[in-house]
Amino acid sequence: MLLVQQLLNGIQFGLMLFLMAAGLTLVFGIVNLINLAHGSLYMLGAFIGVSVQQWTGSYLWAVVLAIPATAIVGIAMEMSTLRTLYSRPRLDQVLCTFGLILFLNEIAKIIWGPASLRMKLPDFLNGTISFIPGLTYPTFRLAVIIAGLVVAGLLYVLITRTRIGMLIRAGASDRGMVAALGVDIKTLFTLVFGLGAALAGLAGIMAAPIYSVQVGMGDGIVILTLVVIVIGGIGSVRGALAASLLVGIVDTYARVLLPASVGQICIYVLMAGLLFVRPRGLLPANV
Amino acid sequence: MSEKPSAFLSRRGGATTLCFAVLALIPPLAGWLHEPFLIRQFIQIMAMGLAAMSLDLILGYGGLVSFGHAAFVGLAGYTVGILDFHAGDGSLFLGLIPGTTNALIAWPAAIAVSMLAAALIGLVCTQAGGTVFFMLTLAFAQMVYYGFSGWTLYGSDEGLSMGGRSELPLLDISDNTNFYYFCFAVLLLCFLAMRAIVGSRFGMVLRGVRQNERRLAAVGVPTRPYRLAAFVIAGGFAGVAGILLANYQTFVSPGDLSWTRSGELISMVVLGGLGSLIGPVLGAAAYLLLRLVIGSYTTHWAVVFGPFLILVVLFARAGLFGFVVRGREV
Repeated sequence: MLLVQQLLNGIQFGLMLFLMAAGLTLVFGIVNLINLAHGSLYMLGAFIGVSVQQWTGSYLWAVVLAIPATAIVGIAMEMSTLRTLYSRPRLDQVLCTFGLILFLNEIAKIIWGPASLRMKLPDFLNGTISFIPGLTYPTFRLAVIIAGLVVAGLLYVLITRTRIGMLIRAGASDRGMVAALGVDIKTLFTLVFGLGAALAGLAGIMAAPIYSVQVGMGDGIVILTLVVIVIGGIGSVRGALAASLLVGIVDTYARVLLPASVGQICIYVLMAGLLFVRPRGLLPANV
Repeated sequence: MSEKPSAFLSRRGGATTLCFAVLALIPPLAGWLHEPFLIRQFIQIMAMGLAAMSLDLILGYGGLVSFGHAAFVGLAGYTVGILDFHAGDGSLFLGLIPGTTNALIAWPAAIAVSMLAAALIGLVCTQAGGTVFFMLTLAFAQMVYYGFSGWTLYGSDEGLSMGGRSELPLLDISDNTNFYYFCFAVLLLCFLAMRAIVGSRFGMVLRGVRQNERRLAAVGVPTRPYRLAAFVIAGGFAGVAGILLANYQTFVSPGDLSWTRSGELISMVVLGGLGSLIGPVLGAAAYLLLRLVIGSYTTHWAVVFGPFLILVVLFARAGLFGFVVRGREV
C-alpha cells in the first residue's frame, strides 16, 4: 500500500516537474534560450498565490489570479531583458538569467520576508480519499495529478491542433522562414514565454500547499527541470512528459527506500546512465 | 592573443604585474591603516580569484560553459575538512582511512579528489557539447551538493567546522599575515602554471575548441581528449583554491559547492574579463568588495548586483581587465 501511495506521489511530483519542463523546453525549442530564472517564476507563482489567499481567503482565487500574474511577470522579463539574449552566446544567457535569479530572490525577500510561508487548503481539498479499503490518498495531491494531466492534454491539443501551435512548431524548426512568411515572430516569442511562465506559476501554486513557500524554493527545482529536459531530449515536449514522470517516480522511491544522501543523488546517476545509452535523450525533438 | 602588437602585450603584462604588486602590499597597508580585517578580506579574494582563474581556463580559453565548477572547489575543501574531522576524534573515514591535519598529506589528497571527480564528471559531460555540457555540469554539481547536504556525519546542511588550519612544516599559517603571503605565493605559482598551459600547444588547441571545434576536428585534432584534459586540469586548480578557502574559513559547508556559488564564480570571470587569467582575480575582488560596500548600506545587496551583472553582460563584455588594457579579442 505504501508503495502504491509513493507511486502516486511520484506521478504527482513528476507532473509538477512537467509543468516546469514544458515551459522551459518550449522556450528553448523556439528561441534557443536557457532561462535559469524559470525557477523564479515558480517561486513568484507560489508567493503571489499565498498573498492572494491571505487577501481573499480563498485558494481558488489564489490559483485564478496567480497564474496570469506570473505570466505577466514572465512577459515583462522577456520584453525587458531576455529578448536581447536570443542571438547571444550561451554564456551571456546563463549569466543574465542568473542575475535575474539574484534580483528576483531578493525582491521576494523584501516583499515577503525571509521566513517560509504556509498555504492553507480549503476543506474540500484538505481531506483524504480512499479508493479501495486500506488505500487512502490526500485529496489535494490527487487534484494536482488530475490538473497536471488536464494541462498536459490541453498542451498537446494546443501544439498539435491549433494555429498558434503550428506556428510554435514552425518557429522551432525554422525561425527565419516563419518570420519571412510574415508571422510576427517577436509577439509569438513573447506569447510562448508568457505561456511557459503561466505553467511555472501553476506549478508553483500547486506546490505551495505541499512544500513550504520560501525565497530560493525555485533554485533547486529548476535544476531538476533541466535534468528532465536533458533526459527527455531538449526541445521535445513529449520527451519532457516521459522524462518528468520517470524522474518524479524514481526520485520519490529513492528518497523513501534509500538513505538520505544516496537517495537524493539517484536521479543524477540515472541521468548519466541514460545519456550514456541515448546521448540525445529519450524522445529527441524532430528538429 | 600572442599575435597582438607588443604595446598591447606590455600593457597586459604591466597590468598583471601591477595586480600582483598591489596584492603584495596589502598586509603592510592593512597594518598602516590599523585594519587587520583587510588581510582576511584579501585572503578570501585571492582564494576565490584562484577558483575563478581555474574556471577561466575552460570557460574563457576553451569556451566550455561549466556551471558546476564550485563542486571541485568544495570537494577539495571537504577533503581537508573531513580529514581534519577524523584527526580530531581518531576515527577512520569510511572505516578505512585515518584523518590528518598534516598539509603535506591532506592537500595532495584534496587535489587528487577534485581531479578524480573532474575526470569522472568530465567523462560524461564532454561526451556532449554546448548546451548539454552546460546542463550536465550543473546537474552533477547539484548531485555532489545533495551528497554532502545529506551526509549527517559531516554536518549535513549545517556544514563542518575544522579544528584549525592545516599544519605545514616550517611555516605557521595559523597567523593571518603568514597565511596571506602563503596564499599570495600559491596564487602566483598557479597563475604562472596556467599561463604556461595557455601558451603551450595544448593551449592553442584549447582556444581552437572555442573558436571552431568542427574545423579543428577536420584538421585531424580529436577535440574530446583536449576538452576532458582541460576540464581535469581546471578541476585540480579549483581544488587548490578549495584548500585555501577551507583553511581561510576553517569551515566547509554545502554552500561552498552549491550551483549558486558556481554562478558567482562565472560572474567573477566575466566581470574581470574572459580569457585573461588575471582578470578573474580582479573580478573576484570587484565582486567581493562590491558586496562588502553595498552590504554595508543594505542587506538586500543582490537587488543592486543582479541588474548590475545583467548590464555588464549586455554592454561591457570585455570586463575589468579589458577596460584596463583596452581592446582584446574574445
